[in-house]
Amino acid sequence: MTKTNLAGIGVFLLVVFVAVPMMIAVSGRWDFYYTLTSVALLSIGSAGVWLTFYIGRINIGQGAYALMGGYVSAVLMTKVGVSFWLTLPLAGLFCAVISVAIGLPILRLRGVYFAMITLVLTEVTRLTALALPVTNGAKGITSIPLPGALTVFGVPLIPDFATIENPKLAFYLLAVTLMVLTYAALWRIVNSRLGHLCRSLQQNEELASSIGVNTAHLRLLAYAISSFFGGIAGAVFVAISQSIYPSSFVVTDSVNFMLYCFVGGLGFVMGPMLGTFLLYFGWDLLSVAREYQLLIYSAAMIALMLVLPNGVLSLFDRREGPK
Amino acid sequence: MEQILANGFYLGAQYALIALGLTLIFSLMNVLNFAHGQMYVFGGFVTYTVVAQLGLPFIVGLFASAIILAIMGALIEVYLFRPVIRKSKREESTMLLAAGIAFFLDAAILLLFGEKQRGVPKIVDGVFNWDMRIIMPYDRILIGVLAIALIAGFIAFMQYSKAGRAMRALAQDRVAAQLMGVDVDRYSMIGFALGAMLAGLVGGLLVTITGINLGMGGPTSIKAFMMIMIGGAGVISGAIAGGFILGMMESVGLTMLAAYGDITYLAIFASLMVFLAFRPQGLMGKPWG
Repeated sequence: MTKTNLAGIGVFLLVVFVAVPMMIAVSGRWDFYYTLTSVALLSIGSAGVWLTFYIGRINIGQGAYALMGGYVSAVLMTKVGVSFWLTLPLAGLFCAVISVAIGLPILRLRGVYFAMITLVLTEVTRLTALALPVTNGAKGITSIPLPGALTVFGVPLIPDFATIENPKLAFYLLAVTLMVLTYAALWRIVNSRLGHLCRSLQQNEELASSIGVNTAHLRLLAYAISSFFGGIAGAVFVAISQSIYPSSFVVTDSVNFMLYCFVGGLGFVMGPMLGTFLLYFGWDLLSVAREYQLLIYSAAMIALMLVLPNGVLSLFDRREGPK
Repeated sequence: MEQILANGFYLGAQYALIALGLTLIFSLMNVLNFAHGQMYVFGGFVTYTVVAQLGLPFIVGLFASAIILAIMGALIEVYLFRPVIRKSKREESTMLLAAGIAFFLDAAILLLFGEKQRGVPKIVDGVFNWDMRIIMPYDRILIGVLAIALIAGFIAFMQYSKAGRAMRALAQDRVAAQLMGVDVDRYSMIGFALGAMLAGLVGGLLVTITGINLGMGGPTSIKAFMMIMIGGAGVISGAIAGGFILGMMESVGLTMLAAYGDITYLAIFASLMVFLAFRPQGLMGKPWG
């Protein structure tokens, strides 16, 4: 890691943890907290999607895992009475286990087939949530308690969210912390042996397997990590809205997760984060345009695609010249 | 039972027509057209405008839908997909473009036609009744027959015309087709226009029966994806088979599973995933598309 990299990370951390809350306090735009919290959480989900892109699979099923994670967390909190902080990793793990079971058959598919089946998966999850008794059908699960206090060996780490005077800030910090951890993990994965193996899958799966890479195992691992991220994002969303319905995450959300990755750039670890920020924050700002919001948003997306088909971050990519 | 089969057959004819357009675009350009459902909705609204608001005959509305959608498809191919495919490092980038176009069409439909459910008056009155075994309104039969005629016409076009032969060559092997002197750019455009036209035609046909509204685009796209997954992406016979199979499953499921609540689609989705686990390329697809 070079010095400029380190400085960049330092500046980034300073901005998200110090500068943003300060600017919001000064400007009084408290609604930005909700927007930025959503951006942070969605970018965790799109980090997962990006990882499946990294092994050469188009994943339009992240909404399914966000929904599953949300329901796992909600059911555990309301029916079993587990603390939110414990349900968070459990939601992720549940999604990872499910994704292994689902991924075993469907990861054999490639290209458009995989994309379409994951899209269908989102719809299956929504319909399952409607049909199962434990999820309470279309009525959903509401009045979920706010996250409680977290103490480790008697040391209070995080106070009870219900007693904090500014839960918006608390949720923002929680989401941003999780986002930073996610991208640190993602960066570590990409720059490890695992990452190199994943790249070999992206380029040529047969060739990789012919030189002894266990492709089936690797695909499952990447997909499980991806779904883990999705589950975490869903669980925190549920804690913020204190409710979940089968329509909380639908096909549009799954498609959006994929779009965030594209806009940021598929070749860059930070791509999904930037893409999520640009698209979600841009969408929010465009609400002033009222009925033209979707028109302007989609036109901007098409224009972006025409000018920078390889993602916004490809602007800064000097290694490769124009193709 | 006869009633269920008749319903399934009628639904299947509509579905097959939608799937044909999607699969045609996919086979020629390797593009998964997310906007297909929106094109279908757009076509429905064009027919509605021509028939219900301008008061012209239904057939004029159908032609207007076909022509407007064909022009739209051609423009989308030439000015959007072609430059992106040329510049992009990864093929999947076209998916973002397709999704962007889907959003854009949604917004355009909202601004142009509003958000209300629209329909046109029945084109034929009366109900066909065969001994109380099959009961079907005449307009449904007419629409079903028209859809089958269009499917037959499309197959004949692809099989016997010069353009059809060129497109089949393109779908088989793009480079080889180019080397044999096929004008790749021209036939890509024609193919995209044809696919969009089919979507518009189905919209125009169905607006007489189910009506049309803004929210129908996305779910229609998903159904179309399922059909081409069942039959195999990029294969014409597969799209037709997929359309009829989905229509049948829906019709049978809605009757058989009604007792267990609204789980028809859950059952269809689940069986599709199991099916694809054993046969990833669908019924008639080439392995790995």
